[in-house]
Amino acid sequence: MLSLRNLHARVGEREILKGLSLEIPAGEVHAIMGPNGAGKSTLSYVLTGRPGYEVTSGTAELDGADLLTLAPDERAARGLFLSFQYPLEIPGVPALTFIRTSVNAQRKARGEVEMSAPDFLKRARACAADLKMDFDMLKRPLNVGFSGGEKKRMEILQMALLSPRFMILDETDSGLDIDALRIVSEGVNALRSPDRSLLVITHYQRLLDYIRPDRVHVLAGGRIVASGGPELAHELERDGYDKFARAA
Amino acid sequence: MNLAEAIRLRDPSRLPSRRDENWRWTDLRSLVRTLPEASPVLDSGRLGSGPFEGICVTVVTLANGVGPGAIEVSAGETRTLALRNVSRGEGSHAAHLRITVAAGARLTLLESHEGDGGGLSLLSLEVDLAAGASCERLVIADGGVDAISLVDADIRLGAGAEWGQTLLTNGARRQRLETRVLNPGDGASVRLDGVYVLSGRSHADLTSSVTHSGPQGQTVQLARGVVDDQARAVFQGRITVETGADGTDARMAHNALILSDRAEVDARPELEIYADDVACAHGATVGALDAELLFYMRQRGLPEAEARSLLLASFLGEVIDRIQCAAAAGRMRGWLQGRIGGSVE
Repeated sequence: MLSLRNLHARVGEREILKGLSLEIPAGEVHAIMGPNGAGKSTLSYVLTGRPGYEVTSGTAELDGADLLTLAPDERAARGLFLSFQYPLEIPGVPALTFIRTSVNAQRKARGEVEMSAPDFLKRARACAADLKMDFDMLKRPLNVGFSGGEKKRMEILQMALLSPRFMILDETDSGLDIDALRIVSEGVNALRSPDRSLLVITHYQRLLDYIRPDRVHVLAGGRIVASGGPELAHELERDGYDKFARAA
Repeated sequence: MNLAEAIRLRDPSRLPSRRDENWRWTDLRSLVRTLPEASPVLDSGRLGSGPFEGICVTVVTLANGVGPGAIEVSAGETRTLALRNVSRGEGSHAAHLRITVAAGARLTLLESHEGDGGGLSLLSLEVDLAAGASCERLVIADGGVDAISLVDADIRLGAGAEWGQTLLTNGARRQRLETRVLNPGDGASVRLDGVYVLSGRSHADLTSSVTHSGPQGQTVQLARGVVDDQARAVFQGRITVETGADGTDARMAHNALILSDRAEVDARPELEIYADDVACAHGATVGALDAELLFYMRQRGLPEAEARSLLLASFLGEVIDRIQCAAAAGRMRGWLQGRIGGSVE
């Protein structure tokens, strides 16, 4: 599914990713943990093509296709989704309008027929109910005046409606209380399937109690310095990142 | 300096220049070395249809400056009127139109400035609203890229009268839309909104002044615009609250987006307050489209052009939302949509 080989990337003059390699097969959930400044968010932006994040060497492929030559919207149409650590507000554009426009832009890019307004509304209502969101919130401008937790739910709602194949969750647990964390995690788990993969970026092991990873990786100093099963997350929670930071 | 005289006498030295403080960003004298010949008379039967076609039955046309000189709306009457100011060719012309709205009457004025060619045109409007009268003036100014287009309006309100205005423009070679309002207070209210969408080398100047001469008047103003390429926008808004105009409530905002390194926005918002116990505010911002927001939208699958259109539509659409006449607002949304792409919801 996703294959990263010896990826180097910089922001301005500063090199942040320094030879990162990672394989995530279809159907698997991988977690990336690491100290502040390790390059976790940079990785999510490099994969999604944010301007200003320059890949200097290495490769990144999704289902065998070179991601790095594609525009951000082309990557999205191929099924790449990033749940932002800090979701943005779009004044004046109702959430429903924005999501439906996105869904249909992706469909158009893939040569599929557009989703009709009634079909979309039906799906949006169902997704909102699953995430225990008041449907009226979707009629308001996207994320404007929403709390941190509401914004994270809105990200997962968008993810569910866009139905991506490869999902990146960047610190989705931050700003969520325990109840919201459970609801959001259930929303994410509902999307797990043999032909979808998930990359969970987090500081804390807590989220991984809800979204159980197949593999856990430690990112430090711009590289993956350790990989293991779910038990690695518990080890990190207990011992901290010190020994890995030194290894980097 | 007198525009109408300059045109009538074909004397360019009477045109305003950058030395006139109020015209320094819309210099006409250096642009117009000799005034063109008087415009020819147009066949009014061959002017096609205007942007508000079909919304109202009554259409008043000024064709190269030729048309009626006065419109009266009698007491208690409610009327919707289309005013087409059509300019064709390379000549110059000036027209003057006086509109009176009697006590308690309501007028919706759907005004369009339709130009092509490289001529010079001036329309001077004088509008009097009697006590308790109301008028909503909705303007689409599509001046033509080579034209010099000037529209000048003097508005005088009676006690408790209501003036609503929304200007939409894509500029011209030089264009100035100027509005001066006398607000006597006593419950009189003024809304002076505007939207400009400029590209190429077009120029639009939205200049306004509102004078509050008595207590308890209200003015709100929201102007928004987008400039691309080498276009230039000018916003000059002045609100004066004279001595004794206590209890005035006046709010002005101007927000501009600059989409290109070579585009320019010159803004001068001014509040002059000589009264007590007033609530006045102004705010002005000039910026670029939010790059982070664009990336967020593209990550969700919107191509860049579509993401930009959606942001522009929402930014400008908030001005359209304030229009009362729904049918005209729909036309104005459609007009904007044609210029920024995407849909203005």
